[in-house]
Amino acid sequence: MFTTIYNNIVSHREAYMKIVIIGAGKIGLSLASCLSQDGNAVTVIDTNPKAVENAVNSYDINGVMGNGVNITVQNDAGVNKSDVLIATTGSDEINMLCCLIAKKLGVKRTVARIRDPEYSRQFILMLDMMGLDFAVNPELESASEMARLLRYPTAISLDTFAKGRVDLAEMIINEDSLLDGVKISELPRVLDNIRLLVCAIQRGDEVIIPNGNSVIKAGDKIHITAGHEQLAAFFNKIGAYTKKLRRVLIIGGGRIAYYLARRLQDSGMTVKIVEKDEKRCLELSEMLPKAEIIHGDGTDQSLLSEIGFSQYDACVAATGIDEENIIISMFAKHCNMSKIITKVSKSTMMDMLQSVGIDTVISPRQMTENLILSYVRALKNTEGSSVITLHKVVDGRVEALEFRVSENSAVVNTPIFELQLKKNLLISCIIRGNNIIIPGGRDVILPGDNVIVTTSNEQLSDLDDILK
Amino acid sequence: MNIRSVFFILGKIILLVGLLMLVPVAVALIYREAIWLTYLAVAASTIAIGAICSQLKKKKLTIRAREGIAIAGLVWMLVSFFGALPFYISGEIPSLVDAVFETVSGFTTTGSTILSDIEALSHASLFWRSFTHWIGGMGVLVLGLAILPGDDTQSMHIMRAEVPGPTVGKLVSRIRVTARLLYIIYISLTLLEAVFLLIGGMPLYDSIVTSLATAGTGGFAIKNASIAAYDSAYIDAVITAFMLIFSVNFTLYYMILLGQLKTAIRSEELRWFFGIVVAATVLITINVLPLYSGIFEALRYSSFQVASIISTCGFITANYDLWPTFSQAVLLLLMFIGGCAGSTGGGIKVYRVVVICKTAFANVRRQLFPRSVAPLKHEGKLLDDDIKNGITGYMFTYIAIAAVSVLIISLDNVSFAESFTAMVACLNNIGPGLGKIGAVGNFGDLSILSKIVLIFDMLAGRLEFFPMLAMFYPATWKKG
Repeated sequence: MFTTIYNNIVSHREAYMKIVIIGAGKIGLSLASCLSQDGNAVTVIDTNPKAVENAVNSYDINGVMGNGVNITVQNDAGVNKSDVLIATTGSDEINMLCCLIAKKLGVKRTVARIRDPEYSRQFILMLDMMGLDFAVNPELESASEMARLLRYPTAISLDTFAKGRVDLAEMIINEDSLLDGVKISELPRVLDNIRLLVCAIQRGDEVIIPNGNSVIKAGDKIHITAGHEQLAAFFNKIGAYTKKLRRVLIIGGGRIAYYLARRLQDSGMTVKIVEKDEKRCLELSEMLPKAEIIHGDGTDQSLLSEIGFSQYDACVAATGIDEENIIISMFAKHCNMSKIITKVSKSTMMDMLQSVGIDTVISPRQMTENLILSYVRALKNTEGSSVITLHKVVDGRVEALEFRVSENSAVVNTPIFELQLKKNLLISCIIRGNNIIIPGGRDVILPGDNVIVTTSNEQLSDLDDILK
Repeated sequence: MNIRSVFFILGKIILLVGLLMLVPVAVALIYREAIWLTYLAVAASTIAIGAICSQLKKKKLTIRAREGIAIAGLVWMLVSFFGALPFYISGEIPSLVDAVFETVSGFTTTGSTILSDIEALSHASLFWRSFTHWIGGMGVLVLGLAILPGDDTQSMHIMRAEVPGPTVGKLVSRIRVTARLLYIIYISLTLLEAVFLLIGGMPLYDSIVTSLATAGTGGFAIKNASIAAYDSAYIDAVITAFMLIFSVNFTLYYMILLGQLKTAIRSEELRWFFGIVVAATVLITINVLPLYSGIFEALRYSSFQVASIISTCGFITANYDLWPTFSQAVLLLLMFIGGCAGSTGGGIKVYRVVVICKTAFANVRRQLFPRSVAPLKHEGKLLDDDIKNGITGYMFTYIAIAAVSVLIISLDNVSFAESFTAMVACLNNIGPGLGKIGAVGNFGDLSILSKIVLIFDMLAGRLEFFPMLAMFYPATWKKG
């Protein structure tokens, strides 16, 4: 009897899960905050009592002080009865061990942050052996995004949906842009019927989920969804499709540099890496035989002029120190480099960076969070139309979610203009088989489609949530 | 402090108390008492004021530690004021200070009364008196967290300010669910006691009201002779058991429900608590044996009184003012100890007493063996410095408030035992003291000044000082 009562009280939301997060660092806390706001019961484990106390005070979660590898500690946190365990400590090995133990204790799914390139190469094997269901490599994900951005230099950020078939690109509207002062409903005429959709406009501090009457103005940042070819055609049309980048300079020879260099070389670019530590330089030159490795300090003016800094097409500032990356990027901006990517770990600086003209910022932390969040949200809803991909844009204020449409969804087989949609919400794209449909009012969502929804209302966990 | 946020929460809680005040309206209607109109009027105006306050919501609700503390202090003061109005308006308690004293004594689960003839009150007022115990026992803010809708992210600060004990443990990770579970355990145990009392032949009304007063570890009885009026060994035993049950940490009941009986029994605080209860009972039984006709009778009265005092309930079955001084001294010591952390009991709490004793022993040991490393442990875990410092701070504040209170009360020129135990009984939320304010007396004859001091003591004791002290600390009210 007690269990029935208990279930009635506890599951105040249907899609409620028990989640244990090991490591109350920045990522752990940010995940805890998002997941508990989604309505899950979250418990955080950390060895540092101060960190646990801070976490419990700041969010509606539980805290356990102790080592996540310890079975007693995991039991205290109720891992055996939990749905998901997320290991985000600083050490790959501890994360894996936590997941291994948790799996033996009976947790349903495990997620770990694993960053060492040595491990990422043998992911598939290890996922199975270590009882891991999902592993995130922040540096690898960051490098992939950087590589995509270097392919489309006009976009200041670029996310993908539907296994890379649909892009979500962010770009700035300049004073002399073709799009300045254009109404959304007039876009197809201006763009010669290139099929794309503006799904969010950021104007100063304001975020607009546009309708047909919204007007794009100079200085706006717009987010657009489109297929690859359409996006390329679009960039061509607005005249912003500059010459393809050839020579890329990476400052800071960390893991991101390694992953990025491999990707860029695969697409035919030449890469130069500047790294402070001599030993690391040797390692890099061994792992990346085709890249040129420079031993030196990336913030040293004389070194930069020696290697001909301003001759490069693009610069990626990826040292371990945010401030160094910012200074390098500002200098690169001064040298009129056509594309600059800045790696910043602290997400609190985003607004400040925009004000000094640093617009393409990649935060490995943010990427990790988004990936884990979308994985967990997808788990939550296996019966309904589940979330497949989730991207947070505009400093996390807008979410773009990709759903797989199930047969019993409430939105299928009805023309979109007849659906009573929530405010500040836009159906941005329908992917049906190999077709990418930029939806108009008469289009219909069918079971089996993938649908991308952009919204500034948080907490969509099912496609049916888009209805009023 | 973000005043709008504070007012918003305040409004919601006041509204909730207004709704709870409709229960005595129902009681009055059942017994066909004219007082229902007074209760209805007060309830309606309380609800209206609450509703107006809660309209003050800002876009963003900011509840930080200081807002939480201010909310706790203000809620308890306002709720006591509104709760006192029916007594005052109906004329059952003609003085406003007396009415507030009675209500504060109710909400803080103290059980000290200014009434000399309790039985003269209407059924509705007697019910409301005991109902305030029940509401105050688990806490009105916790009740608010459990049932009012809203964002929970920052609620921990509110809960922390109200729940007694040096640390606040959540039963489950969501604070709303924790609050609901606490209330469910609380309601179930209260009903269980009422059933047991009914079986013992107590009338329905009496058993419900007595259960409410026991659950909050309050101690308002509805007879002038308190529980002694029933003169039944069975009823004494049931109430003794439930007084002890309600002064145990509620987390343990949750553990038992989850099937972790062994872990619950292994709780160090629980063992100390029952150790103290058994020791005190044995000592007093031996001491009072000559006064009673046999060991069972002595045991019956001594165990009841021990449970009543340590649980900070304050029910009476025997006039312990007639007991030997040794027994009175034991009871006085028990007054300071109080219940376990996380229960509805008041006092210093067994947890803190145990830690203080351990600190004393550790200091002796450190003098003897300067190099020995023996860190303080409680419940098998190392004690955090923050908890230790918190307890030291608590004790200093306790002593300071106690000293000032005794000084002011002694202006009344009653005996020292009376002014001292009046402070002890109120600060620890027990109820009766010794002498004129003892087992068969009441607080009615004290001066208005003393009553105001005692009102402050009761509130300060229930909220563990800091919310009440913060009310007088200018920085609390600064904007920002």
